[in-house]
Amino acid sequence: MSGANITAEPPARGAPPSPHAERGRYLTGIVFLLPALVLLAVWLFYPTVYTVIRSFFGHSGYLGAWVGIDNYRNLFTTSTLVTAIKNSAIWVGVVPALVTALGLIFAVLTERVRWVVAFKTAVFLPMAISAFATGVTWRIMYQQDPSQGAINALSRSVSDAFSPAGVLPSALPSTTALQTRAGGLVLKTPLHPGGVALLGLTGIAPQAMPSGAKQAVKPAGKPGAIEGAVWRDFKPGGGKPGVLEQGEQGIPGVTVELKNAAGKVVQTTKTDAAGDFEFTSVPAGSYNAGIGARTFAKPFGGYSWLGPKLITPSLIIAYIWIWAGFAMVVIAAGLSAMPREVLEAARTDGATEWQVFRRVTVPLLAPVLSVVFITMVINVLKVFDIVIALAPDSVQANANVIALAMWRTAFSGQPNFGGGSAIAVFLFVLVIPVLALNIRRFRREI
Amino acid sequence: MAAAATETAQFSGQRDTTAARILRALAKTPLQILLAAIGLLWLVPTIGLFITSILPQSSVTSLGWWKIFAHPSLATFSNYSHLFHNAGLTGALKTTAYISVGNTLIVVIVGALAGYAFAWLEFPGRDWLFIGVVGLLVVPLQMALIPMFRLYNTLGIGGTTLSVVLFHAAFGLPFAIFLLRNFFVGIPKDILESARIDGANELWIFLRLILPLGLPAIASVAIFQFLWTWNDLIVSLTFSVTPITVWIFDQLRQFSSSIDVIAPASFISLIVPLAVFFAFQRYFVQGLLAGSVK
Repeated sequence: MSGANITAEPPARGAPPSPHAERGRYLTGIVFLLPALVLLAVWLFYPTVYTVIRSFFGHSGYLGAWVGIDNYRNLFTTSTLVTAIKNSAIWVGVVPALVTALGLIFAVLTERVRWVVAFKTAVFLPMAISAFATGVTWRIMYQQDPSQGAINALSRSVSDAFSPAGVLPSALPSTTALQTRAGGLVLKTPLHPGGVALLGLTGIAPQAMPSGAKQAVKPAGKPGAIEGAVWRDFKPGGGKPGVLEQGEQGIPGVTVELKNAAGKVVQTTKTDAAGDFEFTSVPAGSYNAGIGARTFAKPFGGYSWLGPKLITPSLIIAYIWIWAGFAMVVIAAGLSAMPREVLEAARTDGATEWQVFRRVTVPLLAPVLSVVFITMVINVLKVFDIVIALAPDSVQANANVIALAMWRTAFSGQPNFGGGSAIAVFLFVLVIPVLALNIRRFRREI
Repeated sequence: MAAAATETAQFSGQRDTTAARILRALAKTPLQILLAAIGLLWLVPTIGLFITSILPQSSVTSLGWWKIFAHPSLATFSNYSHLFHNAGLTGALKTTAYISVGNTLIVVIVGALAGYAFAWLEFPGRDWLFIGVVGLLVVPLQMALIPMFRLYNTLGIGGTTLSVVLFHAAFGLPFAIFLLRNFFVGIPKDILESARIDGANELWIFLRLILPLGLPAIASVAIFQFLWTWNDLIVSLTFSVTPITVWIFDQLRQFSSSIDVIAPASFISLIVPLAVFFAFQRYFVQGLLAGSVK
């Protein structure tokens, strides 16, 4: 620093600058600001004004025909747009709350773990990945075929543990003598001791037949017992339905049920290699023989995560996967800035950990939590990429959200600029409350 | 008294024997396991994408990527080598790089100039103008798609990379100005005043003082803007420009049969953001905290 200004201890503030110098200083400010103002005016300010005006005009042209508020009315009457608004409402109702809660839980839990950084990195990682790539990633996870989609593969192993697939998932009765009841099959004609039950099935592919099957044999009937056969009532060339013929195989290992007149299962047995079975020592009375539902249980085919019903929940799960890390990091920063003494004081006073969390931590964190929540509301309203990447074309109408509806209306199929503008304005109006919050906070800062 | 006693007890309890320390660690074990499980769970989709990207298409549709642990020999990098010989993809990558680097440079330079003007230069209406800029923070980019689409076509620059660069730059500015102005305001006034008294002009102050001192905030802005635009889909899709996201998007219609292209291309598209994120994690988090309002 030169010696000259050592004397000027406080910089000469009092002296009013000459008007010329003042104009020069203003000019510097304007010059520094100019590039930003040009960009903002052309790319943000002009379009905002134009889009608002354009939303009252028709499909095409610089302005098009005046249509009044028709475009806005369509928002709430066109079914695809109503779906979009409903879905966006679901997103706003579910995602910000879940993300904030999850972030809070993660932040509080990781406070006491030594390898926090590894955990935080793992959870935060998806933030760096584009919503678009996330869509692709989760589409792989959600594939319906359990041998391709990891989530359905997991579901299948759980499902198989509780209800394994049946022996004959695709079998059908060969004649109308067999009736479908509660997923199983029952022989219509009542049986008495000494009777024979013939349970013919079709629709079984040769390679799906249980191994060790032999030529089916018709039982002769035995006094005091009910005998019968379960067989594949089909041979090359067809054969006669309901008749046990040469060349038709018995089905081994099928569980057969005997029900009394009241419909209660009194005996069960399994068929042998020739498909024969026998219920021994049956008291006099009227019975029905049949095959239980479990035999026909279909193998687990996977949930249709990408189908029209589950697509929005699937999208939401993937979206939470992205943003939980953001909430965690912001809330953890809030936690670390919290006065330790207050927490310690509460603990010393005998508060349990839960009370400390509920009564001290959460209230003190309230401002941070609301920042996360509000940020997520805005993000969720603008959801676009993940929907377009994750939802297959066939269900995009079911997965529609406001931002996607805007884009599809304006830029796909027959472009409708008026309608698209109205949706954009609608989206803008929804985020304006946050604008108000922003400006309020900023003014407090000055 | 009682409180003091407890405190001493706690205090002595904290620097105690090894046995007590092991006990405490054991008490935390369920939590540790839970967190480890959650952490792993969070990594699974990304790992799944990577493994899918190194499998031949036939085994993806018949096997499921997790089976690779049983058949490690299936792994192949031929998907990747095919991609790098695909002119479409390499061109898309170049476009992505051009868009994200170009607009980030503009945002940093223009945003820093404006941030400095708002923080330290005087001109009439400064604060109101700044409030206006902050207000622009919440204009959704959907508001500008239709008018800019029209304007670009009228000017004949529709479909050019430049059109996308400028669009991104403009939409990145409010956040950049907001963050940089608030950071620059915190630079000690004495430093600037003494430079001014020394006769330095504002440009010199900006280049030699503000930029170096404001580097942390500038880095946050740059990283944010870079990642945001690297990952963008909607803007380029609208203006018919093909960066990597749009290129992959064009393949999505045949998801299963093109998975050997989609998965590796998606993984390539996320390698760069991940590298940037790991290299500059601190700035990234800072920017997030400062501007978690966007």
